[in-house]
Amino acid sequence: MRFWKNDAPPLWLFGVLAGILCMVIGLAQGDFTAIWQKAVMICLECIGIG
Amino acid sequence: MKNLRLTVQIIYTILTNGYLYGFLSGKIYQGRLKYACVPGLNCYSCPGALASCPMGALQALLNQNGFHIPFGMLGFFFLFGSLLGRTVCGWLCPFGLVQDLLHRIPLFRKKKRLPFHRILKNGKYAVLVLLVCIGSLFLFGGFAKVPAFCKYLCPSGTLLGALPLLSANGLLRSQIGGLFFWKLGILLLILLLSIKVYRPFCQYLCPLGAVYGWFNRFSLVQIHWEEEACISCSACQKACPVDLSVREISRSPECIRCGSCVAACPVKCLHLSVKNPS
Repeated sequence: MRFWKNDAPPLWLFGVLAGILCMVIGLAQGDFTAIWQKAVMICLECIGIG
Repeated sequence: MKNLRLTVQIIYTILTNGYLYGFLSGKIYQGRLKYACVPGLNCYSCPGALASCPMGALQALLNQNGFHIPFGMLGFFFLFGSLLGRTVCGWLCPFGLVQDLLHRIPLFRKKKRLPFHRILKNGKYAVLVLLVCIGSLFLFGGFAKVPAFCKYLCPSGTLLGALPLLSANGLLRSQIGGLFFWKLGILLLILLLSIKVYRPFCQYLCPLGAVYGWFNRFSLVQIHWEEEACISCSACQKACPVDLSVREISRSPECIRCGSCVAACPVKCLHLSVKNPS
């Protein structure tokens, strides 16, 4: 199945690849661990207490 | 199309907020799924939330000591933005669903936009820059880093996080102060406005919509327009809940790919599909 008409790869594909690359870098620098640590505690700011 | 979208929205919201024990106990899910984010605005302090909120996650990274580029969340936005654009807003956002349901209430004369729409629609970019980015980095709280968007504005956090948590958790309820009532006021204002105006938070204030809107022009999922078949009847613009013309539909950062135009087109020259399938 062709997703684009001409031979040039579409921009969305570059976006997806850039996204995956950035997420790998983020994973390596511990971004997702930091997110998890924040997300498993009740966020007092989010609920209007903190 | 309308019923299909509503079904997807409801099923998705239930699946991503399926930690029922949290609603009963006033606690939140603490498992490994929270390493990942859901694409829509879904507070991670919602007792049922099984994954993290992308805006909360971005601010959590910006709030860390020292400055480092939040590659993890930038990658997340590039990935989902490039694939779906604002289809996320139209089909997957729980707070969008709430506003959609409220807009169905047969009260008031319905309006697609607020007065001064051209100016006000830039509000979401201002929120993204001032509250999410600059605010989270250093501005508020006497230079202490706080998630400024979550703390001062996010109505999703109040509705999905605060209200269920506080109703089930007496300890938290005893700590309610002025900040909570400020956020409750914002929530009530947006919910009331949603009955009259179509998705006011998404159109004017949502920073996540601002991010995904940038990808609308080239995302994989698009609303395709067969110009040759179009009879210029404007039925699509009349059906569009945010009043976009046929040339603006899909490519505009305001289009949430709800598909109302596709359903309304009498000659079927609009299609919601992946990019250039021919």
